Amino acid sequence: MRLTLLKLRGLFLIAFSALALLQVPARAELTIEITGAGANRIPLAIADFGGDPATSRALTSVIRSDLERSGLFKLIDSSGIAMTESTSPAYGDWKNRGADALAAGSIGASGDGRQEARFRLYDINKQSSLGGAAFVASTPMLRAAGHRIADVIYEKLIGEPGVFATRIAYVVKAGANRYELHIADADGQNAQAALKSKEPIISPVWSPDGSRLAYVSFENKKPVVYVHSLASGQRIVVANFKGSNSAPAWSPDGRKLAVVLSKEGGSQIFTVNADGSGVQRLTTSSGINTEPFFSPDGQSIYFTSDRGGSPQIYRSSINGGDAQRITFEGSYNVSPRISPDGKSMAFISRRESGFRLAVMDLASKQVQILTDSNKDESPSFAPNGRMILIATEIGGRGVLSAVSIDGRIKQRLSIPAGDVREPAWGPFTR
Amino acid sequence: MKQLIITALFAFLIAGCSSTPDTSGQDGAPVETRGGGVSTVTAGGVDGSRLPAILTDPKSILSKRSVYFDYDKYEVRDEYKELVTAHAKFLLDNRKFKMLIQGNTDDRGSREYNLALGQKRADAIKKMLTLLGAREEQVESVSLGEEKPKNEGQNEAAWAENRRGDMLYNGEF
Repeated sequence: MRLTLLKLRGLFLIAFSALALLQVPARAELTIEITGAGANRIPLAIADFGGDPATSRALTSVIRSDLERSGLFKLIDSSGIAMTESTSPAYGDWKNRGADALAAGSIGASGDGRQEARFRLYDINKQSSLGGAAFVASTPMLRAAGHRIADVIYEKLIGEPGVFATRIAYVVKAGANRYELHIADADGQNAQAALKSKEPIISPVWSPDGSRLAYVSFENKKPVVYVHSLASGQRIVVANFKGSNSAPAWSPDGRKLAVVLSKEGGSQIFTVNADGSGVQRLTTSSGINTEPFFSPDGQSIYFTSDRGGSPQIYRSSINGGDAQRITFEGSYNVSPRISPDGKSMAFISRRESGFRLAVMDLASKQVQILTDSNKDESPSFAPNGRMILIATEIGGRGVLSAVSIDGRIKQRLSIPAGDVREPAWGPFTR
Repeated sequence: MKQLIITALFAFLIAGCSSTPDTSGQDGAPVETRGGGVSTVTAGGVDGSRLPAILTDPKSILSKRSVYFDYDKYEVRDEYKELVTAHAKFLLDNRKFKMLIQGNTDDRGSREYNLALGQKRADAIKKMLTLLGAREEQVESVSLGEEKPKNEGQNEAAWAENRRGDMLYNGEF
């Protein structure tokens, strides 16, 4: 779909289903606070969308806040100019306002009771159209249409897919014995509880198609790995062997999971089919082997092991054989996650007694520490590889933070009076 | 069972509502089913039941269930050997009883790595119990990692309380 989208010129349509009506809203929404910005932000104007004032204002605001939050755009004031996708832009005026790019559009009834949002994007300097799109949405899904429009603008101007229409999963500790696994839009809105439990929930990971989450739940007084279909709420126990079952990771084809089981002594990595069948042991070293993560080609697994005396990251072929040590600096390097392009690895490194987000360029082995916080945990890459979502702590409270891979842009996502942890950024959705 | 029925009912309702999205009137538009359909599941719990007094009477050594560990250490300290030996003897004499050992850690570092460290502590207690006569099938060692701290403080005293293995008998877990 995404490729087609680039190829298509002019307007095209995407319809949204009305599934949104059945959503169970979670009580508290995430709020986002941005610190830092990219070095060279593109000056971009988003004209107020035409159409019903309340609806178009809401839509325009979703698009603007998405693009601004990315840290890659500087929003140019567009007040006082009324235009839509069918107005020819006054290029000179926009140039005077400092805009390099301009988006204008409108929203109106699509004729079947739904809303249709149309827009067009312009290159102010070249005085040309960069194309446009239209999205049809039922009223509750208007925000989604806004995210889709922001994604198109982002992709046209940055040259890589946007992630505004993706979703994130995270765990909220809402009280001493209240844990909730939430799914929200990437901007923290539209949060819904997928699971509520009296016992902890950790390590959620999205299936590659975004329809299921695997996670560890302690509802049976021990860690058990489940696969949970989000639409139906159906849950499958994937690993509930004697001992502990934890640290699920999806294979890129979505057919298998790597899990950590203690059934044969110690914590060892196994692979298992997504329905719980076909358990096979992968690691055999003594001591701890945990936090498996598949490389994007599915051929190797990165993991944390204390086989050398301190926790370090290793890589092993999925066919077994000797593991190769990946991290050497410092005495505590854990939680490896490989970028979607396979070129870099996010992990948590203990530096100066703080647990900090680090990124390694896998070819050069160069390591960059991206934060100066003390309790970073559980990194996960955005599907375009541009940001890394982590859990961290501010004032003793768990918050989420999205950090750009160069460390310049940081967005903090928090719930008032709530403890948020264990984030997982979902895949692109079609 | 009730939970199952509710879940199944919910799944049915969702399936019923989300069937074929209406695309009539759209210009060959692809249909998107994103954003919707997360139904909430509530996880069930486990009920306890009565235990013999010897396991619960504060005057009995068997009422003590916790073994504390040193920082970054996974061996049972000498001061806990009498306690573990008493539980091993109880399991030897009472073959119908089963035990769940839950290992715990403080909350510094990775949750999953801490889960593995808690497992090491639970495994150390289990190994001692089985060496002293408990049967393998009577004892299960699991880890709660850093997830269930006894003391939520952020100081050495709190962390020490959380570096712990707890021995639970059936009915208690």
